[in-house]
Amino acid sequence: MDAASLTAARPRLLTMTGVGKTFGGDVEALRGMSLEINEGDFISLLGPSGCGKSTALRLIAGLIHPTRGSIRWDRPKGEGDLGVVFQEPTLMPWATVEDNVWLPLRLRGRPRAAVRDDIMSALRLVGLEGFARAYPRELSGGMKMRVSIARAMVTRPRLILMDEPFAALDEITRFRLNDDLLAMKAEIGCTVVFVTHSVFESVFLSDRIIVMAARPGRVIRELAVDEPYPRDESFRTSAAYVAHCRAASEALHEAMGEAA
Amino acid sequence: MSLAETAAAAAADPEEGARARARRIEAWARWTLPVAVLVLVILGWHLFVTLNRIPHYILPGPVRVAEVIVADWPVLWDGMLVTAKIALYALALAVLGGGGLAVLFSLSRWTEMSFFPYAVILQVTPVVAIAPLIKIAVDDAFTSALVCAWIVAFFPILSNTTMGLKSADHNLRDLYRIYGATRWQRLRYLELPSALPYFLTGLRIGGGLSLIGAVVAEFVIGTAGTGLGLASMIQEASYRLNIPRMFAALALIALLGVAIFMALTLLSHLLLRRWHESAVRREA
Ligand SMILES: Nc1ncnc2c1ncn2[C@@H]1O[C@H](COP(=O)(O)OP(=O)(O)OP(=O)(O)O)[C@@H](O)[C@H]1O
Ligand SMILES: [Mg+2]
Repeated sequence: MDAASLTAARPRLLTMTGVGKTFGGDVEALRGMSLEINEGDFISLLGPSGCGKSTALRLIAGLIHPTRGSIRWDRPKGEGDLGVVFQEPTLMPWATVEDNVWLPLRLRGRPRAAVRDDIMSALRLVGLEGFARAYPRELSGGMKMRVSIARAMVTRPRLILMDEPFAALDEITRFRLNDDLLAMKAEIGCTVVFVTHSVFESVFLSDRIIVMAARPGRVIRELAVDEPYPRDESFRTSAAYVAHCRAASEALHEAMGEAA
Repeated sequence: MSLAETAAAAAADPEEGARARARRIEAWARWTLPVAVLVLVILGWHLFVTLNRIPHYILPGPVRVAEVIVADWPVLWDGMLVTAKIALYALALAVLGGGGLAVLFSLSRWTEMSFFPYAVILQVTPVVAIAPLIKIAVDDAFTSALVCAWIVAFFPILSNTTMGLKSADHNLRDLYRIYGATRWQRLRYLELPSALPYFLTGLRIGGGLSLIGAVVAEFVIGTAGTGLGLASMIQEASYRLNIPRMFAALALIALLGVAIFMALTLLSHLLLRRWHESAVRREA
């Protein structure tokens, strides 16, 4: 099935049309990227280093502006419609877990007492309700990443952007977080754009995989992972999973071959 | 496992017990060793002076100095109060001035570009050279000493805090932007906490320098009769060849310096112990 039509029946969330980004006049980080993001999509951006994945994410986040093309939200983006998770947990070391998760609401002027329930339910979502008063340094790498996810989810955003969030974690932790991420996404019903280097991760998580190539950064293929959610361990060992991994892997090789 | 359970499990672990004992011994040694060294040095000084029969107008023994401290206590105490006041007021003003200016610089790059070079010039010009000018410009001896001490204490606080305010994690900055933080929120919730460890380092350096500044200022400004603090007392005693009094005042200046340093170290520890690597004890 053609990837774009897989989720096309869902309401549109955001449209990127011919988006290009050039840094400093000569570094072309991204060229002609068009992407339709629909509500409820789980989209992975997969590609070699330097192919503009982070640039695409920063463009969607509004942290940088496109040199060419346009990015349009279907309904105007409101406060708290966007959550972000970086490769590093990016927590404030001086604040407790609870205060770190409070941040997006605090910046909107919500007192902690008024949003305690939201904070606790976000922590429950990531399985850290017992650690509200802990400081980041007291947590393992995986737990810190969970706090970072809780912070992104506390506003119940429509779109969550994740830039290689689990790249620094060991494989066992990564698998557990992949499972949990799908469960959390199902629970709050958001849309996810997920950057990764890992073919396996992208196939397990997404319904659409955007394969990108470098120099200049661009989209070379869009793959559909037409498998139902919820997905669990049995999906990881299924023939369909292996077939999707092979397809994604071939596309990735093509992307790397073109870049070389 | 909750944190409390982890702690309980650790208490039962014999290796953890040994580690706790080692920690207790270390904490004890941290105080007793320097005190023992001090006692030995004083003892050596005493023996050196008595065995060689050195006259007290050349080098007074510790006993003699202690006697003077006790006998001249009212005078010395007044002097110590004056010196301490100069140093601490100067430090407080340096915190306000240096910290405030650093915040202003972080809010406006133009201000930083305009004024930072002059802060550097103020810093690199030796205070001994500026002091006589200040003395002329400001009538009151106490105030001019205060200005001198402030000049030396202010720069480390300014430069450390300026650097600290810029050191906030850039991903966190992005996050604040995504969530639409105001300039004020970013300063208050992100940049000031990030700057705190840097500020405290500057404060500790500034604390030591404020005392040095106060002493230098007293030497330069406090000619006999202006009745300044311990340093001018040293000067006055040296004119009168009252060597034990000089030593007594010197000992009290050192004591004051140690007190300022310990107070600021304690403050720094209290503020950072929950989260900053410098204050957090990790098990080896
Ligand atoms: N702020 C910037 N200024 C100049 N060049 C930049 C900037 N940000 C990114 N680039 C360049 O744009 C290209 C794409 O960078 P980007 O970070 O988007 O890649 P990526 O796909 O995220 O790579 P990785 O997988 O290594 O994170 C790179 O060549 C990079 O050097
Ligand atoms: Mg990247």
